[in-house]
Amino acid sequence: MSEMTPDAVRHLAGLARIALSDEEITKLAGELGAIVSAVETVQSVAGEDVPPTSHPIPLGNVFRNDIVGDTLTTDEALAGAPDHDGTRFRVTAILGDEQ
Amino acid sequence: MSDITALSASSLSDALAKGELSSVEITRAHLERIETTEGALGSFLARSTDALSHAEHSDARRASGDSRSPLEGIPVAIKDVLCTTDMVTTAGSRILEGWIPPYDATVVRKLREAGLVALGKTNMDEFAMGSSTEHSGYHVTKNPWDITRAPGGSGGGSAAAVAARQAPVAIGSDTGGSIRQPAAFTGTVGVKPTYGGVSRYGVIALASSLDQVGPVSRTVRDAALVHDVIGGHDPHDSTSIPTPWASMTEAADAGARSESLAGLRVGVVKQLVGEGIQSGVTQRFDEAIELMSRNGAEIVEIDAPHCEYAVAAYYLVLPAEASSNLAKFDSVRFGLRVTPEGSPTVEDVMSATREHGFGDEVKRRIILGTYALSAGYYDAYYGSAQKVRTLIQRDFAQAFEAVDILISPSAPTTAFRLGEKLDDPLAMWAGDLTTIPVNLAGIPGMSIPMGLAPEDGLPVGLQLMAPAYQDARLYQAGATLERLFAQRDGYLVSERTPEVV
Amino acid sequence: MAKDQLMDLEKALELFEPVLGFEVHVELSTDTKMFSAAPNPAAMDEANVDPNTCITPLCLGLPGSLPVVNEKAVEYSISLGLALGCDIAPVSRFARKNYFYPDLAKNYQISQYDEPIAFEGSVAVEMDDGTLVDVPIERAHMEEDAGKLTHVGGATGRIQGAEYSLVDYNRAGVPLVEIVTKPIEGMEHRAGELGRAYVSTIRDIVRNLGISNARMERGNLRCDANVSLRPRGTVPYGTRTETKNVNSFRSIERAVLYEIRRQAAILDAGGVIIQETRHWHEDTGVTSPGRPKSDADDYRYFPEPDLLPVEASAEWVQRLKDALPESPVHLRRRLRAEWGFSDVDFQAVVNAGLVPEIQATIEAGVEPVAARKWWMGEISRIANDRGAEPASLVTPGAIKDLQALIDAGTLTDKLARGVLQGMIDGEGSPTEIVAARGLEVVSDDGALLAAIDEALAADPDVLDKIREGKMQAAGAIIGAVMKAMKGQADAARVRELIIERAGATA
Repeated sequence: MSEMTPDAVRHLAGLARIALSDEEITKLAGELGAIVSAVETVQSVAGEDVPPTSHPIPLGNVFRNDIVGDTLTTDEALAGAPDHDGTRFRVTAILGDEQ
Repeated sequence: MSDITALSASSLSDALAKGELSSVEITRAHLERIETTEGALGSFLARSTDALSHAEHSDARRASGDSRSPLEGIPVAIKDVLCTTDMVTTAGSRILEGWIPPYDATVVRKLREAGLVALGKTNMDEFAMGSSTEHSGYHVTKNPWDITRAPGGSGGGSAAAVAARQAPVAIGSDTGGSIRQPAAFTGTVGVKPTYGGVSRYGVIALASSLDQVGPVSRTVRDAALVHDVIGGHDPHDSTSIPTPWASMTEAADAGARSESLAGLRVGVVKQLVGEGIQSGVTQRFDEAIELMSRNGAEIVEIDAPHCEYAVAAYYLVLPAEASSNLAKFDSVRFGLRVTPEGSPTVEDVMSATREHGFGDEVKRRIILGTYALSAGYYDAYYGSAQKVRTLIQRDFAQAFEAVDILISPSAPTTAFRLGEKLDDPLAMWAGDLTTIPVNLAGIPGMSIPMGLAPEDGLPVGLQLMAPAYQDARLYQAGATLERLFAQRDGYLVSERTPEVV
Repeated sequence: MAKDQLMDLEKALELFEPVLGFEVHVELSTDTKMFSAAPNPAAMDEANVDPNTCITPLCLGLPGSLPVVNEKAVEYSISLGLALGCDIAPVSRFARKNYFYPDLAKNYQISQYDEPIAFEGSVAVEMDDGTLVDVPIERAHMEEDAGKLTHVGGATGRIQGAEYSLVDYNRAGVPLVEIVTKPIEGMEHRAGELGRAYVSTIRDIVRNLGISNARMERGNLRCDANVSLRPRGTVPYGTRTETKNVNSFRSIERAVLYEIRRQAAILDAGGVIIQETRHWHEDTGVTSPGRPKSDADDYRYFPEPDLLPVEASAEWVQRLKDALPESPVHLRRRLRAEWGFSDVDFQAVVNAGLVPEIQATIEAGVEPVAARKWWMGEISRIANDRGAEPASLVTPGAIKDLQALIDAGTLTDKLARGVLQGMIDGEGSPTEIVAARGLEVVSDDGALLAAIDEALAADPDVLDKIREGKMQAAGAIIGAVMKAMKGQADAARVRELIIERAGATA
């Protein structure tokens, strides 16, 4: 039985970067509790020996040649940006480590 | 002018070839039809301002002998999940309100190169999450058969547009039934190709391992014509199938020439019929089986036991992949930005934007998907669901050793009333039980109308399924069945859409 | 922020045993990015590429964009795995690493998780004293780089105190190979030196393979240093910290030693080490805390559905194995013997990073001593002055031509240095410059004698002095002749002629 508590939902919302309201969190905790109970059945179906399928049509070694293709101009790249300085996208201050 | 919009794409194509009609006339007729019916239906999110100009170019090409394809000059409506450089693309979400992509989806490019004329972008459940189009961030699309009812989803806009003759053909996308179920609800034809059969490049992703783009039409041949344009390998999509495809149009023509299904082994999937299916749907389904049998088909009962777990597996795989696919909507590079008061960090802006820009169904699935992938839960949820997927594929592979195609109702009910299922997500999701296994297995599926339900007079859809790579088999069998239904009933359901008031 | 307590290194090593780990990211120099056909800035010569000019829809994570694997990047990765002594996985898969950050265009990084392309290897690292240490490699996997953030408004241009940030996605999607070592024990006081030598070895390997420009100062090669301590004589590993922003070989050494001393002080005082990412400050020589590792780093890895598995067939791997060049360590040992340099001289060449250039010059036909003289001498001097890479100034072939002119007596060493400058400035080939400047050493004795006689006319006593045995008196005449000939004379020949003039034997 899964514990889909409001705190659990709050944690997931943090991971997913959605600022859910308290109301939404409570509602979701209820809905998702029921949903998880329903989908949990998958756990008991397959044995250890059944491999998972991530690609329904098996293909392999799909590659491209190392040749430059169609690129976007800087203007095209920035065209949809909510905020930019003409050459780069602009965001408000960041907390945490830089790469 | 309403005569023109009643014609199938095939007929329009003939008329164009004979010079009886021009693309401008055809396009104008459809634009006028949209004008008069859109208020009642709401199929479209955006309408092209260039349609007539494209139609003119098409006519000019034809005049100089440069017709590009059998669908040259034919209007088409495009589900708003595909990127178009000349029309706003939103995937039905407010988080992409006003967004104009800097590139076209490969399918859109192919349509343009084949000379089709885009009429506009059709309404859909937000990010294709839904079965009724009620989760669109913009407005609700009505079912032309009964405007108090849903047209199905997520591609309700494309289906309604085609059913109501706003467009002869449309493009949809199908992740768990989003082409086939609306086809059933609106009495039209819809096809989900083999996974990888049509390029996903430029298609706003919902669940990467399940999504496919396909045709929406009023006849099987029209769907085939569109399929031949949009299908094929795309080097921009790693999952696209490299081997060339046979002509679906030729398969449809071969099927239409025949009334016999002799030699066709048809499997009825036990798990996809029976309990939970509306009685009128079951009745029409049984009648369809009888019709097939009478015309030579061998009917075999098929046991696909793991289909029982298909909905559960799907509602783990899809939300997991979607939670990752939708992370890109973060206010930084495109789309909505909501800046809270004070000195918000970029994380605050991201979170406020997503809270504001995503609807309830999207949030629900993102949270569920995040959970399914999270540390400590992966094996139990996502991992297990991927294993169920393997078992479903094996069930189908085994079935196709005994039969050529599988059939089931396309949906367990006819079109439900707007608002009826909004309070119960699980109930809404359960409606996908017949279509979902097809996406999980990656095999192709088609829905064609098989009559009207006696209790409510609403369209009922028959789903045909074939092994992976055998899409042509669907068109051949589908065309024969379409002919047999027409013969039996005296009309095609898709030509009987009530007049829109 | 309070200054860290540091324990004396010797004492720290008495009490504790350091265990090290290094994660090195190598930017590959393919023409295009890992998953998109955008041009790859890591392969470009320019240090500064205009922002957001190497962009396709995937680089921005635009809706509907899809990745397609760069085959050359896979080949480079396999070659690197082989050079690291790794096994190559017959099947490896890509996975999504999910987290939100403005430089991560899709808010997930396509990487590899439990099925990396290469695993279980070992690298021979040459320490300063010439001994070899085998560093065990856990894995090497393929992934993509993130974009670049510039923080504006804060005092130091760092993230703290910044008002806003600007994002450039040129680097987003650049192919990376991440190399992870297994825990390295037993290095003791050489822990820092090992870090430096290890990363330097990786640099040599990838440059030798021709798969990366590997310039640390440009971020083509990045290293995170993991350090933990365990009390002497115990078995379980201590809590480790990960130090980032180590941008030079020297920084790696200093950062490792700093962390050993810092952690020892904490543990000795009864404290606990916080598992965290730390930031190295080259200017102040300290590490400072970054964000603590928390459950906020749940990356929710799952197999990348948009990409298919990479199947490295035995034939493909063998073909790449056959094409591998000799490992840098073995190459160097062989060259040191062949060239006959002393260990000190050879090490200086290695430390200057000039082995490939000198090797190429020797192969072009120049004697080893002369080749070393040019590269370690004048070319390095000019390179330093200009802040350029020596290899970018002149080709081995041109050095050969220059040295040939010296060997033929056409140029003196001094004149040749001037010609070198001209070659670097693009005036042309050595022969062209000599002709253009009229620099040929005058070998015509008649001309030399004329100049000698002119100088003697001004200073007639010289001949007498020479006859008296004071040979050094010739010096003034030699000087005057060299000046008159603008240096284009062989001073030794001039001296001979002066002494002949004096009638004395030289």
